[in-house]
Amino acid sequence: MADYVQMWKDLGMDLETHDLLCQVLPTAVGDVYLSQENRPKAMDFWDLVISEVHGIRPAELIAAQAEGRKVFGTFCVYVPDEVIVAANGIVTGLCGGSQFWVPSGEAVLPKSMCPLVKASVGARLGKTCPFFRIADMYVGETTCDGKKKAYEILGEDVPMYIMDVPQMKREKDILKWKEEIAEFAKTVEEFTGNEITAEKLAESIKIHNEKRKALQRVYNCRKSECLPISGRDALLMTQISFFDDPVRCAQMCNRLADELEQRIADGVSVVPAGTKRILITGTPLAVPNWKLHNIIETSGAAVVCEEMCTGTRYFENLVDESKTTLDEQFMALSERYMKTNCACFTPNTGRIDDILRLCKEYKVDGVIDCSLKFCCLYDTEKYSVSRALKEAGIPVLSLETDYADTDAEQLRTRIGAFVEMLNG
Amino acid sequence: MKYNIGIDIGSTCAKTIVLNETKEIIHRLLQPTGWSSVETAGAIREKLTELGVDWDNAAVVATGYGRISVPYADKCVTEITCHGRGACHIFGSDNLAVIDIGGQDTKLICVEDGMVKDFIMNDKCSAGTGKFLEIMANTLAVSPAQLCELAEKGGGVSISSMCTVFAESEVISLIGRGESKENIAFGVVDSIVKKVATQAGRLNLQDFKVCLTGGLCDFPYLRQRLEKTLNVPVDACPDARYAGAIGAALSAAAVRK
Repeated sequence: MADYVQMWKDLGMDLETHDLLCQVLPTAVGDVYLSQENRPKAMDFWDLVISEVHGIRPAELIAAQAEGRKVFGTFCVYVPDEVIVAANGIVTGLCGGSQFWVPSGEAVLPKSMCPLVKASVGARLGKTCPFFRIADMYVGETTCDGKKKAYEILGEDVPMYIMDVPQMKREKDILKWKEEIAEFAKTVEEFTGNEITAEKLAESIKIHNEKRKALQRVYNCRKSECLPISGRDALLMTQISFFDDPVRCAQMCNRLADELEQRIADGVSVVPAGTKRILITGTPLAVPNWKLHNIIETSGAAVVCEEMCTGTRYFENLVDESKTTLDEQFMALSERYMKTNCACFTPNTGRIDDILRLCKEYKVDGVIDCSLKFCCLYDTEKYSVSRALKEAGIPVLSLETDYADTDAEQLRTRIGAFVEMLNG
Repeated sequence: MKYNIGIDIGSTCAKTIVLNETKEIIHRLLQPTGWSSVETAGAIREKLTELGVDWDNAAVVATGYGRISVPYADKCVTEITCHGRGACHIFGSDNLAVIDIGGQDTKLICVEDGMVKDFIMNDKCSAGTGKFLEIMANTLAVSPAQLCELAEKGGGVSISSMCTVFAESEVISLIGRGESKENIAFGVVDSIVKKVATQAGRLNLQDFKVCLTGGLCDFPYLRQRLEKTLNVPVDACPDARYAGAIGAALSAAAVRK
């Protein structure tokens, strides 16, 4: 591994504590990833990125900052990356996915808050994540109550811009989101010192559509009866796509898709024929949260699709590229983003439609609906999700968990029993 | 003779069942799990050898939380599948709703045509489980069975807490207030029954024959209270505490094929 100690020091990180994190990550990667057999060769890119997750990309971001570019940290798939990139800014995901950061978050947040919010705040305040140090501005959004309040605390420590996400999906809400995007664009222009022109935005929209198409291409391969990639590997690709440069991300995903399409043609599968196919739905799985996929895939089933923010919600639906004025483009962006389903909207029946559609597309045998502890929104939606799935004759298992590994055996029993049930 | 052996290493008790070719129970073993599942599994093997089990003609399936600690098992099957399968065998029906109150888990399992169709398990919390009853019985200095007998004579007390640790301190305050043992025992059983009923609310129990398995199956008062609260007849029998092991032994017969 390259030596990033000086870089971390310059970022004002707590090196001693960060070392502890650096010690546990390779074991986790080894257990969850490198132990798998017959992986696609193109996964070597993501293996490298994750092995130096706090080194390679942060170093690139710092180099870009030295050239005067600004880095925006985001927490939600509703924030339009297109606007930031059109102003020559860089986007990086900031969601915390490790128990490691939770205690630092709990120092200022209530116990009964979701681990994603706790970990995100903890990663910043504990000074143990370079991305949280590098970002020049955080872009938050009014999705769940936990995040809204957490942003107030983060805002005391770092420049914070909040986008007001509507809570319903009426025509006027789509118009309102368009205005929010337009207003955000002004802030981005001021902060970067770069003007966003229709040409630049059109180019940025195209870049992000290409990234979405590439991610979708990999997911399309997961629809095959001959499964060319494990759920764990696909999840890692999706998780890293939040941090990577969008052009390189598309290239790497297309490279992976090339290999997967060839595997399907050659009949190469990562699981024995007849392995039960699972769709996971629910709250996001921020890196390095691989717990659920790992338990499912070591219990004799395969994850073929994620209806989550770290999954189909991130890349489904493209932005209309035919618009030529900023006003029309902002509207096109709003229309695309407002198609994304989230439990913070009411009603949110689109999510159930998506789950049922994805079950067909990905030839799913059973659904696991899993929410992070204390996510009242997704927890409540389990009722309607499981009812709709039962009506459609699709078995469903509802789970709740957090980032700690202490419930792994309990989860293993439930998931094991669910797989036994599917196997009959 | 062929031996189909099911070993259910639960959080509190290890249950072992040996079935012959015609699925008759020829041996039953019951022992505390103790601190080491591996040692318990070893002790079970020794005991079975003493009882004349011919290991060359034996198939073993392990279940329960300690299932991975049985090195000589041919297969591990989760306790949910095993309890469903075992209950069908014990109660002579392929369509059942099984309420299993175990040491650290309370499970509700719906079985249709002999197959598990749906199940609900308590979260990682001991409220409404056998462990809850055990801890409360200890606090009252009685056995769990005695607690249930006392409860029958009591009434009027409800224990509000959903958490065993806090419920224990609630019980201690009730003791301090001079509340009778009978009334506190009533509150304890009431709390378990209500917790199970809340879980059962997610399933349509009226459509099933309901049975009680696990360590609390031979506490008649608990079963009566469940019947009353759930408003359905609840079947139980002494072998129901072996349901998981019986299901595992039945799975062992399938492994052999």
